[in-house]
Amino acid sequence: MAIPQDLKYTEEHEWIRVTGDIATVGITDYAQDQLGDVVYVDLPSPGTSLTQFGKLGEIESVKAVSDIYAPLTGEVVESNTDLNNNPEVVNTDPYEKGWLVKVKIANTQEIDGLLSSESYEKLTS
Amino acid sequence: MQQTPLYETHVALKGKIVDFAGWGLPVQYSGVISETKAVRTSMGLFDVSHMGRFWIDGSQANEFLNWIHSNDVANMKYGKAKYGLICNEQGGIIDDAIVYRLNETRHLLVANAANADAIHQWLISWQEKRYKNVSITPAAELPGMIAFQGPNALNTLSELLTSSQIAEMRPFSLVVENFQDQDIYVARTGYTGEDGVELMLGNAAAVSLWNTLIDLGVTPCGLGSRDTLRLEAALPLHGNEITIETTPVEAGLTRFLSYKSEFCGSKHIQNISETGSPTRLIGFATASRGPIPRHDAPIKSSGDIIGKVTSGSYSPTLDRNIGLGYVSATADLSKNSIVVAVRDKEVEIEQVTLPFYSRKER
Repeated sequence: MAIPQDLKYTEEHEWIRVTGDIATVGITDYAQDQLGDVVYVDLPSPGTSLTQFGKLGEIESVKAVSDIYAPLTGEVVESNTDLNNNPEVVNTDPYEKGWLVKVKIANTQEIDGLLSSESYEKLTS
Repeated sequence: MQQTPLYETHVALKGKIVDFAGWGLPVQYSGVISETKAVRTSMGLFDVSHMGRFWIDGSQANEFLNWIHSNDVANMKYGKAKYGLICNEQGGIIDDAIVYRLNETRHLLVANAANADAIHQWLISWQEKRYKNVSITPAAELPGMIAFQGPNALNTLSELLTSSQIAEMRPFSLVVENFQDQDIYVARTGYTGEDGVELMLGNAAAVSLWNTLIDLGVTPCGLGSRDTLRLEAALPLHGNEITIETTPVEAGLTRFLSYKSEFCGSKHIQNISETGSPTRLIGFATASRGPIPRHDAPIKSSGDIIGKVTSGSYSPTLDRNIGLGYVSATADLSKNSIVVAVRDKEVEIEQVTLPFYSRKER
């Protein structure tokens, strides 16, 4: 399973990539593998306020529906609308084209509490 | 969890093992979508060793089976099979089952894994009450059962077994073949809507045949694709479309009933056929991609609940979300838009003709 070193992770298998005050959020390679073929992703619209570890949206595979949790508190500035027609990108490219939302970070201290790639690797091994 | 003869093989092939009716079985290998497509376009292998298999023997076997099974199984030719329902006295469906006839006094009955114990008890109860000259024996010498399905399955097996019997088999028939000096039972039946066979065999033969077919490039498939394939073909699943609370009438399965001789539940079922059942099974597809209407989701029209989804999935073959469900027999689905409530959303659906998928005759 791929676990890029430049990202931060949650115990619920989300990742974030921080660029300035924006965090891009997705689910990990491990998570997409566990879910199986993704057929639908329900994401919040821009403007939606997220609370750290609160529900962000839903991801549905052929077999089951799972909640996605917000790694950080903040406001959604963009959601990946390409996933409406091509949800399978979450399986094929979870760290790049399969991103879910971009969030304006409200509290940078929350980032320090997330898992490093090493810690996440231990969690999933 | 109980393990089938193929358990270690699934683990070695990195199948994702889940608990299904107390059995450790793979829900998927490469993925539900790719496995479904492999069966539709070429061929796939399923471990279905968890299914219940019973020998029904004895001089009263014919009349016994005609009583407990809804179809006319007493007059089948040797080597033929029929699908039907096993109902209680009220016509509620205890399970669906295929009966294979081997000779005058010997039959094989195959039932669902989740119902195997209940069916065994049901068979024994009638044997004790009325059919003393019948014996019911779990087919312990055939612990393996493999479904080999897809347009290329029959040819591939025919070449492998170097026998002319397979190529000449008719649908719903059974032959006994030899594989590595062991008897294997080959039935041209399945649960995918595709052509193919179901093989019943011993431990060593099961592992050996499975590995041989995998080496020939056959795609291993799990329970996930088995479910999408059967749903696309609109084949009912016990616990979903058919339950102890439903009769074959509302389930749309009356073509598997034979009133030539009375069977358990037949009087009630005939009454319901005449008076009409309060609900009927429909097939639907969603108007657009989105959340999947799944088991138990309410079906609504003009704000009123008119029914309930029994099965729903993304269909890899049709690339849209499909499902089955019961609606009130009086509901007019053509006039008003119908929706399914999926969590906090309402998903628009349209009724479609069943089956969703049927293979082209070759």
